[in-house]
Amino acid sequence: METTATAHHDAHAHPTGWRRYMFSTNHKDIGTLYIVFALCAGLIGATFSILMRMELQHPGLQIFPFLAQVLDGATKDTAIDAAKNLYNVVITAHGLIMIFFVVMPALIGGFGNWFVPIMIGAPDMAFPRMNNISFWLLVASFALLVISMFVDGAPGMKGFGGGWVMYPPFSSLIGTPGPSEDFVILSVHLAGASSILGAINFITTIFNMRAPGMTLHKMPLYPWAMLVTAFMLLLALPVLAGAITMLLCDRNFGTAFFDPNHGGDPLLYQHLFWFFGHPEVYIMIIPAFGIISQIISTFSKKPIFGYLGMVYAMVAIGAVGFVVWAHHMFTVGLSLDTQRYFVFATMVIAVPTGVKVFSWIATMWGGSISFKTPMLFATGFIVLFTIGGVTGVVLANAGVDRSLHETYYVIAHFHYVMGVAAVFGIFAAFYYWFPKMSGYLLNDKLGKIQFWLMFVGVNVTFFPQHFLGLAGMPRRYIDYPNAYAMWNDVSSIGSYISAVGVFVFLYAVYDAFAKKRVAGDNPWGEGATTLEWSLSSPPPFHTYETLPRIVGADH
Amino acid sequence: MAPRFEPSSASRRGSRLIAAGALGAVAAMLCLSFAAVPLYRLFCARTGYAGTPQLAKAAPASRGNRTLVVRFDTNVGQGLAWDFVPDVSQISLRTGQTATVFFKVTNRTDHEAVARAAYNIAPGVAGGYFDKLKCFCFSEQRLGPHETADMPVVFFLDPALEKDETMKGIEMLTLSYTLFPADRPNAARVQGKASGKPALTKL
Repeated sequence: METTATAHHDAHAHPTGWRRYMFSTNHKDIGTLYIVFALCAGLIGATFSILMRMELQHPGLQIFPFLAQVLDGATKDTAIDAAKNLYNVVITAHGLIMIFFVVMPALIGGFGNWFVPIMIGAPDMAFPRMNNISFWLLVASFALLVISMFVDGAPGMKGFGGGWVMYPPFSSLIGTPGPSEDFVILSVHLAGASSILGAINFITTIFNMRAPGMTLHKMPLYPWAMLVTAFMLLLALPVLAGAITMLLCDRNFGTAFFDPNHGGDPLLYQHLFWFFGHPEVYIMIIPAFGIISQIISTFSKKPIFGYLGMVYAMVAIGAVGFVVWAHHMFTVGLSLDTQRYFVFATMVIAVPTGVKVFSWIATMWGGSISFKTPMLFATGFIVLFTIGGVTGVVLANAGVDRSLHETYYVIAHFHYVMGVAAVFGIFAAFYYWFPKMSGYLLNDKLGKIQFWLMFVGVNVTFFPQHFLGLAGMPRRYIDYPNAYAMWNDVSSIGSYISAVGVFVFLYAVYDAFAKKRVAGDNPWGEGATTLEWSLSSPPPFHTYETLPRIVGADH
Repeated sequence: MAPRFEPSSASRRGSRLIAAGALGAVAAMLCLSFAAVPLYRLFCARTGYAGTPQLAKAAPASRGNRTLVVRFDTNVGQGLAWDFVPDVSQISLRTGQTATVFFKVTNRTDHEAVARAAYNIAPGVAGGYFDKLKCFCFSEQRLGPHETADMPVVFFLDPALEKDETMKGIEMLTLSYTLFPADRPNAARVQGKASGKPALTKL
């Protein structure tokens, strides 16, 4: 936005066709791009998870030997080994896709770009061109990840199968001599650069471009959540970049950061990775906290309970999130005192988290609640997040973690707390803001059908995995003994129920665009008090040509 | 067209300052992630954290009262066809007393090879009280075809360990060595950095 209004600029301001999106500097268009991208990547990531559940539905190998013959060109003789490798390649891709290409683009890039400027009364993001490159870097990053699945990895195998954590030595030349891991590293580099640029943009926008009268303590909770998230991205992602750069140098340039032969230490990687990795899980869930707060307040027709407590609970979770990383590493041989500290620090996080859960419930308490689809997803979020939080407190104990480390109990825990919880946050936000973004109403009945299918589906999928984990079933294997057959079967059926829910969602979106039910400025009534509901639906291409002036004390 | 919002120059300067600050934070975190390597080495060398033995210039003047057992553990890394055994498997040592132990190494191959030892003390808390005066592990070891050598380590246990509560129940220490080949291609550059700083060669 640095040029003056020349003829060229006029054309630039109202671009059409593919140029409108490819060269976009408009926060709403870029937000739309992010949401569409996250939806596409989400369908791929979800397909991978369904493939995994189909494979694990019964003991023995089911579909991966066939997939390995089709995708990796394995012969009948090599199909079984190739299937084992392909399964691990798929879990790796599932993790990376869901984190970097679904949850982060949807919650941060998508709804963040759309609504942070609108909710704080800013005309656009602070650096609109940087916003554009943030998005397109992500597309390039995704392309690199897809390529990595089809180039050589472990000896005689295609793709990298070491999980999204990429621990050496499996990710170093010893385990993965082929270039697939290099592609994964470069993919994560680009995704990281994209997120760092996005974070700088959000911080600058929120600090410098709030409308007159919009003090930080009057700012709605979603922009607050995005501010906390942006700071966490800013401090955590460079450490990941450092760790994977070391890995890249170990693999290609003869350094020995993680190679004990030459004085390196593979544990260094785990420390650096989890110094990023733990804040990363909060990066994924804190934007959802903000969204859920807006929705609960809107549909309870009450201001959020304990606004300041909610704000500083998020800040506290963000800060403490940086000093608990080694609870992912209780089994690596940490000294007893180190373990004691990390157990305690991890438990401390339950306090601000509890403040948030109780404040959401207190907001609903005595409110005039209308259970429209967004509110259903928001309450579903609270249930799922709390279940995951409780198992998190269990896993925080170093002693208990000895037996549950790398089992399905951990899978169940993190899918509840930041997998399906974040996805429910995304759906809640989508149903809440879709009328504003498109101008059309979604069918509430379809939305409710989707909600119940998904809520039942994810619980049937993940709750039995607690039992599997407690019974000792390890993660990251394509097969298991017969003893684990029943709950795996139940879990797989649950995932198919969720998949039906996804199709209902796609139909609901098609239905909204086909029927074109006009939403009006504010479809949610008196509870929707934030600035976006004072605009038309969809909002004009350029919002706030005269800045709004905030006078009330409402959040 | 409709009039567009144009930020004032003051606001634009503010945006640039905030962005520059944020970029500075990113650069600082990136540098810190690399600085973690030398900083952690320094921290371990100074404190004996995670079983890092200490370097001493001279033997202690006085003897202590406790006697502990020190065991020796030897390993050979992949790609090195050497035999590597201690002359004694364990010794009893009074705190403050200096001991010398030899390790016999034999190159079983027909070609010269260079190796370097990584070492550690178990349990980890004992690292700060295990002081080395001389050790073959401070430098690279070169052996000709079928050559055999006796390699010494000279060390003592710091009497200060008697005052440490966490050392109370510990009667036995293990000094563990692993010999790694030091002559891989492009290993020279990595080794070059580490040589000359004996205590800092092992994390």
